[in-house]
Amino acid sequence: MAHAAHDQHDLHDHEHHGPPKNFIERWVFSTNHKDIGTLYLVFALTMFFIGGSFAMVIRAELFKPGLQLVQPYFFNEMTTLHALVMIFGAIMPAFVGLANWMIPLMVGAPDMALPRMNNLSFWLMPFAFCVLLSTLFMPGGGPAGGWTMYPPLSLQGESIAYTVFAVHLMGISSIMGAINIIATILNMRAPGMDLLKMPVFVWSWLITAFLLIAVMPVLAGAVTMLLTDKYFGTNFFNAAGGGDPVLYQHIFWFFGHPEVYIMILPAFGIVSEIIPTFARKPIFGYKAMVFAIASIAFLSFIVWAHHMFAVGLPMGAEIFFMYATMLIAVPTGVKVFNWVTTMWGGSMTFETPMLFSIAFVILFTIGGFSGLMLALAPADFQYHDTYFVVAHFHYVLVTGAAFAIIAAAYYWIPKWSGNMYNETWGKIHFWSSVISVNVLFFPQHFLGLAGMPRRIPDYNVAFANFNMISSIGGFWFGASQLIFLGVVIHTVFFAKKKSPDRSWEGAKGLEWTVPSPAPFHTFAVPPVINDDELAHGHVDH
Amino acid sequence: MKAVATTALALFGGAVWANPQPDQLNLTKGVTTWSGEPYFLNNVAFGVCVVIGIVVFGAMFISMFKFRKSRGAVAEKWTHNTKLEALWTGVPIIILIVLAKLATTGLVSFADTTGSEMTIKVTGYQWKWRYDYVDYQGKAVEKVGFMSKLDGRSDRTRQLGSGMDPGKVTVDGYNTYLLDVDHPLVLPINTKVRFVITGADVIHSWWVPALGWKMDAIPGVINSAWTNIKEPGVYRGQCAELCGQDHGFMPIVVKAVPKAEFEQWLATQQDEAKLLKASQTAQTAPAPKGQG
Ligand SMILES: [Cu+2]
Repeated sequence: MAHAAHDQHDLHDHEHHGPPKNFIERWVFSTNHKDIGTLYLVFALTMFFIGGSFAMVIRAELFKPGLQLVQPYFFNEMTTLHALVMIFGAIMPAFVGLANWMIPLMVGAPDMALPRMNNLSFWLMPFAFCVLLSTLFMPGGGPAGGWTMYPPLSLQGESIAYTVFAVHLMGISSIMGAINIIATILNMRAPGMDLLKMPVFVWSWLITAFLLIAVMPVLAGAVTMLLTDKYFGTNFFNAAGGGDPVLYQHIFWFFGHPEVYIMILPAFGIVSEIIPTFARKPIFGYKAMVFAIASIAFLSFIVWAHHMFAVGLPMGAEIFFMYATMLIAVPTGVKVFNWVTTMWGGSMTFETPMLFSIAFVILFTIGGFSGLMLALAPADFQYHDTYFVVAHFHYVLVTGAAFAIIAAAYYWIPKWSGNMYNETWGKIHFWSSVISVNVLFFPQHFLGLAGMPRRIPDYNVAFANFNMISSIGGFWFGASQLIFLGVVIHTVFFAKKKSPDRSWEGAKGLEWTVPSPAPFHTFAVPPVINDDELAHGHVDH
Repeated sequence: MKAVATTALALFGGAVWANPQPDQLNLTKGVTTWSGEPYFLNNVAFGVCVVIGIVVFGAMFISMFKFRKSRGAVAEKWTHNTKLEALWTGVPIIILIVLAKLATTGLVSFADTTGSEMTIKVTGYQWKWRYDYVDYQGKAVEKVGFMSKLDGRSDRTRQLGSGMDPGKVTVDGYNTYLLDVDHPLVLPINTKVRFVITGADVIHSWWVPALGWKMDAIPGVINSAWTNIKEPGVYRGQCAELCGQDHGFMPIVVKAVPKAEFEQWLATQQDEAKLLKASQTAQTAPAPKGQG
């Protein structure tokens, strides 16, 4: 009994614990899911601007025909690092940061299941990116063979060992993060929070975490083989030694395609939280939404070779991968139709998170359309490796993943900071972003169709007009994100307007039952779940 | 070499251009028996996307207008509609089956390299292409092969800080900046040409939009593809797989000419190759034996 009393005391103690006063103790040694979530989000935002500055170099060089600013090799370093930084440094850590902050709050858990591992998985990331970006300042330069690191080209670079080590660190971080998320969701839910009452965001992360655990080791294997081919005399991918460069592509894309969904499934989850809130109507077809995410995750494992239609696959393989890829349109379509139907018959208001979510649905769908076109193998013989592909994946990743992350930031920042952001500036940020991003990426469809390959620093005069338009859109979009930075800093440090516990009129779910800002420790005692409080408390469909 | 240039000029004057146009918005239909396939698929798929887009985005905009709180809309409670859900799962499946059928036809015809009358070996190098004429009309071609790299004018203009205007690199009024080579690949029209494509150092990709496809040139792998060009002309393309610093500077030019003219050209090339070989043999013959 003494033991029980001691536990009681501990809990009581924690309720009143604030964060450590010492800066280092608070942020470097943190085991608190909220602080680690903040660290992830700040890191992701920093990387977003670093990766964005690389993109600005790219768009500046492509502003008009002829080389004006950088040598071709440096241009290749920029395209390579832009992708690596945005994928592994911005999008993925931002989603992990959101998971850290929101999953315990959404399922009624006091913290993540493995708080010390949580600290380690974050702190690997800055080191990984220091290693990766330091190559820019070394003789021989940074990686310039594309983020896909195809051999034999990637093996010509002098920085491959740094890149591989950085990828290993990122991979370890992702795997630990994923284990933590799965453990939290499966073990730490408050009593009464059944799996089929969980928010869609939590579901999307549960599925994403399994994808991460499945494919990050595959990437680690592929890049390790690159390393041994380069330095230890193996010939996995060296044709002259009996290896096969195409083998690398199969392994890489076995990781790479699920990776694409790792970067979009949590976005689906976010949008599935925000749209019902501002439509003031429960999400249409909750179970169908969850099932669609699971189907997309499953299909992501059997479509990898659609990235390789031009490598000379046997016809049977091309047909299989084409059909499997087209099949993904069905669950993706279900999700889009469900979001639209959620809006239908609602009572909508259009605050900034909702605006970004609506833009997400429309622009992600446009990315899906070009994805469907790319899936048709004979047409892909033309599209492959052109600006059409560049336009496609930027619609999916910028107006898809990044817009969802920005929407999430606006949606939850009142909960995180306790302050309401400035709605006017939020809307200015939205309109500036949504117009410029289309000026930036839409003309790239035309460039690709007209025959402009991707990853080239210079081009024929026929491609000049659309490139200039795209570059103008690029600078404009880049500048628009400084507004976002301003809004975030203002909200956290200077905003006068306090947020109530339930920041949005139509918001449902456990995270809105705790005070704003969310105290350092929440749900030290599991909450009593009231199904009416939940977005999906009464799922009978 | 001058003879080649003169013959080439004489042969290809007034040819049809099927190359990137300023402000081009769609794929080229191409100029081969097969190149209409991707073009057709592209247009059909685009049409399907536009129709679905109008329905979906239309519904979104209507609901954004009709169901605004500011217009006094009261949220309804329903979250389920089996008929609707069956409809929007079923209809896409039917559309996909139609698209899959069309695409499969295109794939099957592309995979059929049988019955070719000619073979060209394409090898990608950092950063140029090599073309070897392997056989023509069932007969082996002797020693006709050459490197093909970016033309001098483009190369000088493209240097960082050259101060030269890319707009001035033109041939017959068409801008050929980064789309011209010293030695184009010469092919006969109305002939099924089989390509065998490989890479010498890293992976490249051989792509001429007017032919309708690209194929990777991979070290240790020999890929095959085919074309049958219908119209004489000069068709321009570029390497499509990142291959290092000068990836953007290894264009591809195909000159398609009538069969008779091609045969004449090929004969000239073979004669030149023989002459060259003879002169080399003459030079090397006096060298004392026994050193090898
Ligand atoms: Cu190349």
